[in-house]
Amino acid sequence: MLQFWRECLAIADVELRKLVRDPTELVSRAIQPILWLVVFGQVLSHARGIDTGKVGYLAFMTPGILAQSVLFSAIFYGIAVIWERDLGIVHKLLVSPASRSSLIVGKALSADFRGLVQAAVIYVIAVALRVPIRFEPAAMAAMVLVVTLGAAVFATFSLIIACIVKTRERFMGVGQVLTMPLFFASNAIYPLQLMPAWLRSIATFNPLTYFVDALRGLMIQGGQSVYGIGWDCGVLSLVFLALLAIAARTYPHLVR
Amino acid sequence: MSQSEPAAAAAAATAEAAIAITGLTRSFGDLLAVDHIDCDVAYGEIFGLLGANGAGKSTTIKILTTLLPASAGTARVAGFDIRLASAAVRRRIGYVPQLLSADGALTGYENLLLSARLYAVAHAEQAARIADALQFMGLEQAARRLVKTYSGGMIRRLELAQAMLHRPKVLFLDEPTIGLDPLARHTVWERLAHLNRDYGMTILLTTHDMEEAEHLCGDIAILHAGRIAARGRPQALKSVVSPQATMDEVFAHFSSASDSGRWRDTADTRRVARRLG
Ligand SMILES: Nc1ncnc2c1ncn2[C@@H]1O[C@H](COP(=O)(O)OP(=O)(O)OP(=O)(O)O)[C@@H](O)[C@H]1O
Ligand SMILES: [Mg+2]
Repeated sequence: MLQFWRECLAIADVELRKLVRDPTELVSRAIQPILWLVVFGQVLSHARGIDTGKVGYLAFMTPGILAQSVLFSAIFYGIAVIWERDLGIVHKLLVSPASRSSLIVGKALSADFRGLVQAAVIYVIAVALRVPIRFEPAAMAAMVLVVTLGAAVFATFSLIIACIVKTRERFMGVGQVLTMPLFFASNAIYPLQLMPAWLRSIATFNPLTYFVDALRGLMIQGGQSVYGIGWDCGVLSLVFLALLAIAARTYPHLVR
Repeated sequence: MSQSEPAAAAAAATAEAAIAITGLTRSFGDLLAVDHIDCDVAYGEIFGLLGANGAGKSTTIKILTTLLPASAGTARVAGFDIRLASAAVRRRIGYVPQLLSADGALTGYENLLLSARLYAVAHAEQAARIADALQFMGLEQAARRLVKTYSGGMIRRLELAQAMLHRPKVLFLDEPTIGLDPLARHTVWERLAHLNRDYGMTILLTTHDMEEAEHLCGDIAILHAGRIAARGRPQALKSVVSPQATMDEVFAHFSSASDSGRWRDTADTRRVARRLG
């Protein structure tokens, strides 16, 4: 068990060193949420076209945009893994005695780091836009946990897709096809009640919905979690464990 | 040889071959890349796996290192079955792939540190092992530089340093000197002989360089279209072909059947050349 965590940390450490050495990606990933919040969010909150209860629309969508930016950056973990396969790095990891799951968890941990950086960026934007943020330490700590779970879920999901499609070109296509429906078939930018019944039932099978739901309860003053934060975390944990089990089996297929 | 293991276990291990291959087969669709190979490699040997492009060398190595499952047959490496005890095999082997594959976005030191951690080298020993490996491969000066600034020869030496860090019993090297200049090549030969002699590592390597095979390998197998066409000491193989045969002639003799498969895999080789160039 100790060795398992050593292996996870060894992988995460390497990823962090690369990220710190070349932070351009961290910076460019911050631009999209700025656009969503500053342009889309501001316009829609003036229009008052979407009923979000007591909280304003901008406050309602802020957790959705955090979840979205975590999703979009985690989903491209697959590309990085295919790149590493082409360079022969994956082969080397796989001939080492490290357990397959620790290699996956290590990647997920580095996705967590990115996710938390994005959370920090979005908190800053939100404060600048006068969104009523919850700054109580307990809420912040729980938010960190939820972002960690969410980033791990989507990074691992992306890794599985990469192991199935195996080439960068195909991944780009599939990545687009998957992320957009994940985003729109969720409660990220509109409440579940406003959806037609068929879409709502799809959304309840979408992990992103639970991710957003928990963040909505934890980030915003007066924000409501529909399912309850405990339930959301439970769902995300179970999804992660299931994905981890699948990824540990499919990862070796990447080099075959 | 194996200082850290109890004598009894070491004795049991040496009773067996370092690599024992039985009926090993691998197909890709209709193509039989490896076709019922049987072959034993003794502990302490430097074993050369020769053969034309596409003969099945890399495929064999990938199966033996547990990267690729066999379609049929099996093998024991360092005493463990590659299928039933793949983790135990991985703990006891080192591997340098045909393509240059150290992580260019990390420094040489960081690449080694990652290997040391994944191979569970004891924390207290890591620094000494890494320093030792860097010195052994003559990379102390470059250790803190990003690997993408290394030359092909330096990357190859770094990969060898990574592969020896955990003192594997069996080392698999897929064309370890491809793309190296003559001097760098000789350095690698000398280091490999040293690893074999001083650490008792069994080495299985592939090469297209007959001088290398003759210089390094005590035992050779020539693969042709997935089968072993010849097997023996370099001297013995030569005498089979003709009294004054060179290794080049031996190679040509055993892999010259008119088979278009020879050219099938040159794209792979060209890609290597590009990355090295
Ligand atoms: N993943 C794969 N899918 C399909 N065919 C493959 C695959 N890997 C190898 N082959 C085929 O199997 C045969 C053996 O390939 P292998 O890479 O083992 O040859 P090799 O002896 O290492 O050649 P080289 O000297 O060019 O490296 C070749 O015909 C190759 O095209
Ligand atoms: Mg090869």
